[in-house]
Amino acid sequence: MMKLQHLFGIADLDKEQIEYLLNLGESLIDVSRRPIRKAPTLRGKTIINLFFENSTRTRTSFEIAGKRLSADVINISASTSATKKGESLLDTGQTLAAMRPHVLVVRHSISGTCQFLSEYLEGTSIVNAGDGSHEHPTQILTDLLTLRQAGGYENKVITIVGDIAHSRVGRSHLLAATLMGYRVRLVAPKTLLPAEVERYGCEISHDFDAAIPGSDVLYMLRVQTERLTDNCSFPSIREYHEAYGLNRKRLAAAGKGCLVMHPGPMNRGVEIASDVADSASARILEQVEHGVAIRMAVLTALCGDTGGEG
Amino acid sequence: MAEVIFDTVAVEQALDQLAAGIHGDEIFLAGIQQGGADVADSLQERLQARGAAVERGNLDISFYRDDLDTIGPNPEVRPSHLPFDISGKTIWLVDDVLFTGRTIRAAMGELFDYGRPAAIRLVILLDRGGHELPIAADLTGLTHAASAGCSVKLVAGDAGWHIEQRRVKV
Amino acid sequence: MTLLIRNGHVIDPANAIDEVCDVWIEDGRIAGLGEFSGTASETIDASGQYVCPGLIDMHVHLREPGQEWKEDIESGSRAAIAGGVTTFCCMPNTQPRLDHAGVLLQVIDRARQVGLCHVHPIAAVSRNLEGKELTEMRELARAGAVAFSDDGMPIWHAGVMRKALEYASSFGFMVIQHAEDLELTSGGCMNEGWMSTQLGVTGMPAEGEDSMVARDIMLARRADARYHVAHISTAGAVALVRRAQAEGLKVTAEAAPHHFSLTEEEVMHFNADAKMSPPLRTEEDRKAILEGLRDGSISVIATDHAPHHEDDKRCGLSCAAFGIVGLETMLPVSLELASNNVITMSDLIAKMTINPARLLNLDSGTLSEGRAADICIFDAEKRWTLDRSKLFSRSRNTPWHGRELTGQVTHTIKGGRVVFRNGTIHD
Ligand SMILES: [Zn+2]
Repeated sequence: MMKLQHLFGIADLDKEQIEYLLNLGESLIDVSRRPIRKAPTLRGKTIINLFFENSTRTRTSFEIAGKRLSADVINISASTSATKKGESLLDTGQTLAAMRPHVLVVRHSISGTCQFLSEYLEGTSIVNAGDGSHEHPTQILTDLLTLRQAGGYENKVITIVGDIAHSRVGRSHLLAATLMGYRVRLVAPKTLLPAEVERYGCEISHDFDAAIPGSDVLYMLRVQTERLTDNCSFPSIREYHEAYGLNRKRLAAAGKGCLVMHPGPMNRGVEIASDVADSASARILEQVEHGVAIRMAVLTALCGDTGGEG
Repeated sequence: MAEVIFDTVAVEQALDQLAAGIHGDEIFLAGIQQGGADVADSLQERLQARGAAVERGNLDISFYRDDLDTIGPNPEVRPSHLPFDISGKTIWLVDDVLFTGRTIRAAMGELFDYGRPAAIRLVILLDRGGHELPIAADLTGLTHAASAGCSVKLVAGDAGWHIEQRRVKV
Repeated sequence: MTLLIRNGHVIDPANAIDEVCDVWIEDGRIAGLGEFSGTASETIDASGQYVCPGLIDMHVHLREPGQEWKEDIESGSRAAIAGGVTTFCCMPNTQPRLDHAGVLLQVIDRARQVGLCHVHPIAAVSRNLEGKELTEMRELARAGAVAFSDDGMPIWHAGVMRKALEYASSFGFMVIQHAEDLELTSGGCMNEGWMSTQLGVTGMPAEGEDSMVARDIMLARRADARYHVAHISTAGAVALVRRAQAEGLKVTAEAAPHHFSLTEEEVMHFNADAKMSPPLRTEEDRKAILEGLRDGSISVIATDHAPHHEDDKRCGLSCAAFGIVGLETMLPVSLELASNNVITMSDLIAKMTINPARLLNLDSGTLSEGRAADICIFDAEKRWTLDRSKLFSRSRNTPWHGRELTGQVTHTIKGGRVVFRNGTIHD
């Protein structure tokens, strides 16, 4: 198996690597359920969380993952003004790399930030914690682990609803679906779908109700409310919720076995109704728990020198 | 070529002997993945047959090893699972082969993350020598002085378990 | 003093010359073509090479005045002659803009001092390129402007474009449009399509260019104006230009080498050196441009040479500046058109010499007797690998770094003086 040097996206992984990360992640769930939540795996490793975008939950998840494996974790929130973004990005990256961390976890609003940084930073593994609208690999691995724990993802139909155009989660799922053998159905108005998205080989619907039958998972994307109305992608939150929000009625139409997932943080009453978010069908908190395990797995895989033979 | 050093009969006898050495009415067994878990399964059957109440768990010490940098994470890693509170209990830690002692050290490290046991007793099916740490088993089924360049393994055959030794490239 | 270029394959499209012969130069002017029989004071043996008029690039961004660290008139001129270019037009988006005769004269004066190339400014259509008030076009033309454009920016608003076309055409001036509807391309950094979707970046749809060209053609028709599409990049725009020409409108277009040789695939892995505006498009667009070059709808090849400092490119695709340098790769990249039989060598040379000269009323682009001896000599077969650190331009932003190119300029002659010879500039 190819040794992981960086984790930029699902696009750089093969099936074997994904399964390996899921196996590792599955084994690591238990570490977070013990009285003493710490294993010595990454003792002496330094991990820097470099977050250019606010994301308390993803940063915390990476931080806990590193700490539970005994790594030294440092968090850096770099605020960026729109115009200075570029310069400070490379400078910050190079400065931190010079402090010789083993892993740099990066979140940035610009797609391709991790690939870009990797060209200039040597000797540091880079993990993509979400880059622009490009990829968010640890979220997808988290989702796959959650589905595996709920009975598997193969041949399942995952219906992803919302702003696909700006969704890194959506893109990473579309890539993973082909690799791992599940199907993705996209539900959004044309204003929220990127160009030629059908070339991923997914189904596309503009009608949420019509897309519900046959779905095994309803995967609700977070709506960025400002973005939605500012550029005329949608007239109002009210109409959005009516057309694409997941409510009781739609959940009932989906049937008992259908799961509800959300990468978080949720906008209750916008893309998902409160009672649905709290229902027995929801796997949203499991996603959060598994997120820690997957990030532990990713950090372990990147810090091990050869990866392959055990 | 693999050479059978203990056949099924010898292994079964050793397991009987180990089971006889484990005392108490409520027994807490923790097998080390993968071979130790198999041995613990066999011991569990024997203990239950004699009427003891057995609580079982397994440990995978992959994340507690001291050699992540040299060999990387184990691709065959299995979950650790101890479905009982170990605090104040005597834990019978079971493995198939005792070699350097590093696996046992890691397993004890992991056990302590589940709580503070009253005692840990080490149960080993085969002690092959070559210890590198001050660790010895409380109960040993079989002993065999294997040379450093050999791998010694518990193997499932058609008739049952046996133990093989093979020369590996150094 | 006679400079003799012996035995080269002479291509002079203006005079329909396409044969192996000698070219001789006296007092800085073309003295004759054919078989030379006198004595030459200097001889260049051009056997196995092509000899053509010095190339003309009608779309170059010099960064002087204002951003000389990216390129100044001298470094730009050096890059030009290294690429066989003896005449080029510089675009008005400098700091200050070329929207005032004083700035124009300053650029022309500086170019004369450097003396390596003929530099003709293209002046701004609107003051400060703001697309609101027109510049003093007659005054600018008197100062030396050969055409008008807001390039760098489109002339966005229809009302302003209508007036610009009407006013410029009243005096015979041509308006050059950077055709881009900024509302459709807002936030974009590459072509909108499958590739931008995969990279998760905002795209610039082809319709941003198509709709602008369609609108402009309608306005040019009403104004009976000369309208020129800069760096045409979409199949839709090529079709519109072709139709306008069939209708008899004074509509012309230029294509940049990167748009007929590369596609959006170059941007894969977030390559900022493949980021320009208009962006690299799809294979279908590329083919449409080839067809436009073949059937003559696109009469000019121009580079849109746009130097940028590394710092402006090394900041992630979305933040990187638009543009690539092109003067030094224009000829080899364009030669593919001839080697792939898209057009003949003579047609190809015409698009880089006499065609832009005619469009801009320049007294160059031919080897006619008595004309200034601006000549490019090149080896069309020579294979070489581009090393960006060896460019004469002050900037390094090229997508061809590390790639093998075929065809290399061996000599550039300006006014009878050999200013570039086998990789070395003689100023
Ligand atoms: Zn332009």
